[in-house]
Amino acid sequence: MTMIGWFQIILFCVVIVALTKPLGWYMTRVFGGERTFLSPLLRPIEAGIYRISGVDERREQHWLTYTIAVLLFHVGGFLVIYGVMRLQAALPFNPVGQGAVAEDLSFNTAMSFITNTNWQNYGGESTLSYLTQMVGLTHQNFLSAATGIALAMALIRGFSRASVRTVGNFWVDVTRCTLYVLLPICVVYTLFLVWQGMPQTLGDYVEATTLEGAKQTIAVGPVASQVAIKMLGTNGGGFFNANAAHPFENPTALSNFVQMLSIFTLGAALTNVFGRMVGNQRQGWAILSVMGVLFLAGVAVTYWAEANGTSTLQALGLTGGNMEGKEVRFGIVASSLFAVITTAASCGAVNAMHDSFTALGGMIPLINIELGEIIVGGVGAGMYGMLLFVILAIFVAGLMVGRTPEYVGKKIEAREVKMAMLAILVLPLMILGWTAVAVVYPAAVASMANAGPHGFTEVLYAYTSAAGNNGSAFAGLTGNTFFYNLTLASAMFVGRFFMIVPAMAIAGSLAAKKSIPPSLGTFPTTGGLFIGLVVGVILIIGGLTFFPALALGPIVEHLAMNAGNLF
Amino acid sequence: MFREIRPAIVLLLVLTAITGLAYPLAMTAIAEALFPVQAQGSLIGKDGKVVGSALIGQEFKDDKYFHGRPSATSAPDPSESTKTVPAPYNAANSGGSNLGPTSKALADRLKEDVDKLKAENPNADVPVDLVTTSASGLDPNISPEAAQFQVPRVAKARNLPEEAVKQLVAANTEGRLLGLLGEPRVNVLALNLALDRAAAK
Repeated sequence: MTMIGWFQIILFCVVIVALTKPLGWYMTRVFGGERTFLSPLLRPIEAGIYRISGVDERREQHWLTYTIAVLLFHVGGFLVIYGVMRLQAALPFNPVGQGAVAEDLSFNTAMSFITNTNWQNYGGESTLSYLTQMVGLTHQNFLSAATGIALAMALIRGFSRASVRTVGNFWVDVTRCTLYVLLPICVVYTLFLVWQGMPQTLGDYVEATTLEGAKQTIAVGPVASQVAIKMLGTNGGGFFNANAAHPFENPTALSNFVQMLSIFTLGAALTNVFGRMVGNQRQGWAILSVMGVLFLAGVAVTYWAEANGTSTLQALGLTGGNMEGKEVRFGIVASSLFAVITTAASCGAVNAMHDSFTALGGMIPLINIELGEIIVGGVGAGMYGMLLFVILAIFVAGLMVGRTPEYVGKKIEAREVKMAMLAILVLPLMILGWTAVAVVYPAAVASMANAGPHGFTEVLYAYTSAAGNNGSAFAGLTGNTFFYNLTLASAMFVGRFFMIVPAMAIAGSLAAKKSIPPSLGTFPTTGGLFIGLVVGVILIIGGLTFFPALALGPIVEHLAMNAGNLF
Repeated sequence: MFREIRPAIVLLLVLTAITGLAYPLAMTAIAEALFPVQAQGSLIGKDGKVVGSALIGQEFKDDKYFHGRPSATSAPDPSESTKTVPAPYNAANSGGSNLGPTSKALADRLKEDVDKLKAENPNADVPVDLVTTSASGLDPNISPEAAQFQVPRVAKARNLPEEAVKQLVAANTEGRLLGLLGEPRVNVLALNLALDRAAAK
């Protein structure tokens, strides 16, 4: 580890914190339906969209209607992606002549993109036409992100409102999020990325003759416009197979830094939105602090482990850390930092191959996802995931002192705690359940690229990533098989919707409750004690659930590596 | 519920048209106008032919060129389409080796490469990036140490004084952005083009 490495990490944190407040202010206005500086330009478009789609923007929805709207929207999105992938050979914008994508791969990819997972069983440049990248993937990058933020807004409204039956209007939330938040940032961001060297063209792949006279086919395409929303919306599905490690998908140290910022920035700002809407910004800062503590701990471990290298490298006298599967322009620190960020949020873009990380360095991304991606988390999803843990922590605190727990003026009762537990328990069921099936099913075992405990970790990581809707991978695993395409899709489905429905049920039940003013006996939720309690609850639940599986994978691999065992 | 069906369909189509077509196509037009070189892939021409992209690494095996990092990219096997064969720096199918820290295959490969490089230049430590594969398999860069390591071989193959080659390396070394972001690096293709120009003089 170096000083300059830590400076890069600190600079990142400082910029994120600095962006949180202004962006939180802006987003609060957008979702409150107030005027912003973009209104003169966008308001006519917005009104036009409502008119042709028959949306009455003043009519709010009950939580159940809101949830049904979310589900209908997902079904539609699924059909669009699946259809475009199956038909891409006959559709325009296909200069390379990519054929139709297979049924199971199309199914997996469609599920993957509507759930904001963006798991890559497809190899972008070798499978997909430009139309699929744009209409199939870019569009769903926007919509799954907008949906996540809309859901978080609904849950936040549950906390901030009192004695009402509605939590907002999904169609309005999605439209406003897309038009006022995602699109404007992406337009500027795309141009920045092209300036840094990212291609943005509809032309055919380029045939080059190298200096030594060999032929090199260079894949290009409308990359920048997709990467902008891929990062901002914590989607993470790459244009290219190597994702953000590909020089065209992440050309410079600066593009890398801005990409890392854009993964976290909306998620972090939502904590501020929460604070503003419940009437005390310190409530938001307390939640961001919980995230910050867990984040920095993860960064420290991964950076240390990767800088240390592996015993194989050390035995050969190779210093400078574990550079297998990393790019020179990013080096150890920016690769480690990116890995922790992308898994803390539910992004899943990678700028280095997680499969080649050291055992402990690769364990942190795994843990980040298993904790529920609540460290900033996916846009929206991280916020509602974190609020579920807060509900549990408040419940535990209430048990300790024997009072009915309350949070930001709302009593937390049996219904909320049950729903929070349901959402939290779904994750281990999918992750551990499917991993257990895969490691005894011979065809699934054959997909492992590495032998020994590392192969087990590849499978564990795959289901963790799918259920957590992350999308990063220990990419050695051959995931594009019938078994994995279907089981991973099921993990993504359950991981998304069994979080959404309970979270919305909580939103509805909270919105209907009266708001009670804080009294002397109220547990203060803006201080260090609260932050420590939430961190503790997250680590205990995550630890109890996943430690045995981690012991069989990365932990035993680390011990084996130190003992000089190779597989 | 039924009154949510119309918005579900119409809104989806409208937003698909905006974000899936209007946005990428408009960005393509603007990007090609403002940054035509980058938008096309930062291609480098020489004598009217495209020799590569400034951002994409290519394979160098000749002693008179600086070599890039090992690449783990592959291509479909021409004789059997379900299998793949190694194809270093295949810029139409990016990817890494995905070998883990306790992989025997990785340990064997590293040892073989380190031995080869030690034989080539016994006077310097082998830089780690010169024996490890990159994440994309298309890394255009090597570390300045990895370039210095190859100076004796390149100088000998081209009958140039080592000092002159070292100067070229120094001239093609990029530092951290603002002294802070990223890592010092050398673009291998740019360095080799500079080398060819120097030799032509």
